[in-house]
Amino acid sequence: MNVIELERVSVRYRETKVRSLKEAAIRAVKGHAKADYFYALRDVSLAIHHGEAVGMIGANGAGKSTLLRVAAGIITPSLGVVVTRGTVAPVMELGTGFEAELSGRENIFFKGALLGCSRAYMRSRLDEIISFSGLEAFIDAPLRTYSTGMVARLAFAVATTIDAETILLDEILAVGDGAFKRQCKTRIEGFVARGSTVVLVSHELEAIESFCSRTIWVAKGEIAADGPSAEVIAKYKAQGS
Amino acid sequence: MIEHRSIAGQPLQWNVELRDIAHRSSLLYELVHRDLTVRYKRSFLGFFWTMLHPLLLMLIFLIVFSALFQTRTPHYETYFLSAYVAWNFFAQTIVNGMAGIAWNGPLMKRVRVPLSVFTVASTVSGLVNLALSLVVLFAIMAITGVPLRPALLFLPVSLTIVWIFTLGISLGLTAVSIFFGDIREMVQAGLPALMYLTPIIYPISVVPERFRWMIKLNPLVYLVEIVRDPIYYAIIPARMTLLIAVVTSLGSLIIGWMIFRYLAPRFHAHL
Ligand SMILES: Nc1ncnc2c1ncn2[C@@H]1O[C@H](COP(=O)(O)OP(=O)(O)OP(=O)(O)O)[C@@H](O)[C@H]1O
Ligand SMILES: [Mg+2]
Repeated sequence: MNVIELERVSVRYRETKVRSLKEAAIRAVKGHAKADYFYALRDVSLAIHHGEAVGMIGANGAGKSTLLRVAAGIITPSLGVVVTRGTVAPVMELGTGFEAELSGRENIFFKGALLGCSRAYMRSRLDEIISFSGLEAFIDAPLRTYSTGMVARLAFAVATTIDAETILLDEILAVGDGAFKRQCKTRIEGFVARGSTVVLVSHELEAIESFCSRTIWVAKGEIAADGPSAEVIAKYKAQGS
Repeated sequence: MIEHRSIAGQPLQWNVELRDIAHRSSLLYELVHRDLTVRYKRSFLGFFWTMLHPLLLMLIFLIVFSALFQTRTPHYETYFLSAYVAWNFFAQTIVNGMAGIAWNGPLMKRVRVPLSVFTVASTVSGLVNLALSLVVLFAIMAITGVPLRPALLFLPVSLTIVWIFTLGISLGLTAVSIFFGDIREMVQAGLPALMYLTPIIYPISVVPERFRWMIKLNPLVYLVEIVRDPIYYAIIPARMTLLIAVVTSLGSLIIGWMIFRYLAPRFHAHL
């Protein structure tokens, strides 16, 4: 069974955005031609099978995060269809959707609610999340006082502790220290062993190669290569990136 | 296993949206809780500010206008406040809904949530504040010797109608203001004018007869009236007033939702 399917998906943005009514009125009067589109993703088709660990690599601005967002159903494609099956827990780059003024503990409930978990369920998982994140000492401090790595730890801990069928991880390793990376590796392996699906976006090719059997290389909004990690990464390196 | 489809060009479906909100049972609670606490976390008075703020405003209006209308309207405080709480709910909620975009935008880009839940949550937070203001109002009524009559039992019906109206306007305006940032300033500038066009601080009888029909084109006249009637006049609103209020609030919800459902799939480009 496929947990994620993309059929001819494009995500595009207008090159010049009209941000105010005033601007829109001026453009209407002056008779500007409609701005061209920039394609963050162009005609991408893709299927991710239940239980796969998939890596995703590519240059900055290639469209990896966009691909993850559209696959998670966070954004609607401009063209094409996306189907997801089962619960999807995305951990997007930077910020990761917490509330800065709330404490780490409150944020666990808040994030849980955003991911569709009840308070009672989150309470039953609270200790596990806190101990996995390794943030016991800071858990009642407001999130705005956390370092980037600490926020990433908390986000990862929440997303991987609730029993989601699919987890999407965007650059989560980049900010973590060695100990956290080892923990992540164990978790991800555990997930894959249990039959969950993991998609991992990273610039750390070794990590991708060791965690993921399959790798997708995204370049300029298109899939440049998709196959066994070693092969795709070798190709990617050969391109001089 | 839940299957989720996102199809290009397809607007939001109301049944999917409702299912998704219901499915995330604690989301609405968490959002309202956050609305009510975070906003005041860093302020000295904390949550009391929620109550104090409308109280202070009420006080100012009372001092300024009661001298003017006292002779015409007995118990002017109750007369004014019974309409003002409804107005304040409406105005605050639509402003907060639009302000919430900056706040919730990052969330909308990071988790898959039914996008309308943020607007719904801001109206619910508004209702909580409204309930607090009503407690204050009832206390004032008790002190000034205005009896609390059985007609008050009709109040939940009136407030539901006002809530539906506000939700509709808020959905529409929030969606449009994601595309055009200046809408928010325009609304904020327009709201005080709208308030003075609605018989809140003055009775409609002070408006010359030949202009009254113009005032009555404003749907807020009826929405304010159905809240004031059970509190101040201790009566159930007239059937015609109720009918107009119900029709405009349903119309507002339908139009607001239509705007929202078509614009929501393109929010992310502007967040
Ligand atoms: N709201 C938006 N409006 C216009 N362009 C956008 C918008 N969001 C993303 N883009 C563009 O889409 C492209 C792909 O962005 P994306 O975040 O997917 O890149 P990425 O592969 O994740 O890069 P990185 O490795 O730096 O994280 C970028 O060129 C970006 O400028
Ligand atoms: Mg990215």
